[in-house]
Amino acid sequence: MEISEARQDDVVVLRPVGRINNDTSSAFQSRLLACLGAGSVLVDLSGVEYISSAGLRALMMGSKESQKTGGRLAVAGLTPVVKEIFEISRFFHVVQVFETPSEGIAALR
Amino acid sequence: MLIRFWGTRGSLPAPLGYRAVRTKIREALLAASGRGLEDPATIDRFIDHDLPFSVSGTFGGNTSCVEIDTESDEYLLCDLGTGVREFGNGVLARHGGAAHHCFNVFLSHVHWDHVMGFPFFSPAYIPGNVIRIHGCHKGMRDAFQRQQSAPGFPVDLRSLGATIEFVELEPGRTFELGAFSVLPFLQHHANDSYGYRFSKGGKTIVYSTDCEHKFETLDETYPFIGYFRDADVLIFDAMYSLADQVSVKEDWGHSSNMIAVELAQLAGVKHLVMYHHEPIYDDGMLETILGETRRYAELSRPRHGLAITSAYDGLEIVV
Repeated sequence: MEISEARQDDVVVLRPVGRINNDTSSAFQSRLLACLGAGSVLVDLSGVEYISSAGLRALMMGSKESQKTGGRLAVAGLTPVVKEIFEISRFFHVVQVFETPSEGIAALR
Repeated sequence: MLIRFWGTRGSLPAPLGYRAVRTKIREALLAASGRGLEDPATIDRFIDHDLPFSVSGTFGGNTSCVEIDTESDEYLLCDLGTGVREFGNGVLARHGGAAHHCFNVFLSHVHWDHVMGFPFFSPAYIPGNVIRIHGCHKGMRDAFQRQQSAPGFPVDLRSLGATIEFVELEPGRTFELGAFSVLPFLQHHANDSYGYRFSKGGKTIVYSTDCEHKFETLDETYPFIGYFRDADVLIFDAMYSLADQVSVKEDWGHSSNMIAVELAQLAGVKHLVMYHHEPIYDDGMLETILGETRRYAELSRPRHGLAITSAYDGLEIVV
């Protein structure tokens, strides 16, 4: 899994590409928590083909961290499979989800 | 081997109410409309094959109790939730009160939903019966004594007719019971709980309820992979959604359907049975969750071929 990072309108946009699973979730979580220290973070999931419970747990850790630091965390651009997994896990209730990255950035800035 | 599920709810009994029954009847009649269901055989086929289970049946409301048929004179049970009342009544109906039996119980823990059926377990009142309660907790007898003491219940544990024995097991050490090897293992739950791996004649059943699985990454080093390894049937606490498990219900001691799938697939389990259902879920919701769980298994490891069932009171599984 590759993770790129950009800053747009005071929002850090993290863009992982590939599968967020047991092999990659630790790296994703470390990167996410580090970015949350710098403000609000949008995770662009448009390049993610699968996310396991470990990946979702990393998002939950990020959500908790953002409450501590006063930042905000959201995700956007869910692929059909990732959207299904969000529905199965009920993660729509615990992480803010936007249809597109630009909508997410506009809401977080 | 045969597994019979007598109680599959978690935390507290969840009986079906009048409105839920009426809704099922209404949905069944609507589905039957215009189909010319006039003879009993056609009606039976319609109920069994055309109606969804959430309409034709119910997952039930009794709390944890599972029987593993030993094919011998002795009985083997996991937990003593309210499901044990019907199990006990069934034994009496088949054999009458004059026949004496030995009941071997393996207790996950003594939280109320796992022991509350015992005061209503009719064989416990019959002299000559032996009830041997195995578990890894110290003080099991005290917990049962407290449950059956005034003013909470009028019949004291010490006055029951059957012989009640408590056998303390050591987690991680295999215990032999007739043709069964039983491996108890520690689980993460308030006041601890224990799972059991039952093996007999090359077949393995794992009973693992009331366990919260908390891991950052999942791999072969996670001890539960060993406990579940190649099980023919894994009975697993899948009470919550993953979102609930890691947020508002974190540290409540239960797990989720997605964790169930991931652990079962990594351990090479053949048949996952979702168990200890959330009492606030109705039959429609439990059926939806079963469908979602099967779908997640396809997304997670498409070629694994994991069979998934959602347990219900009255379910029988041949192993």
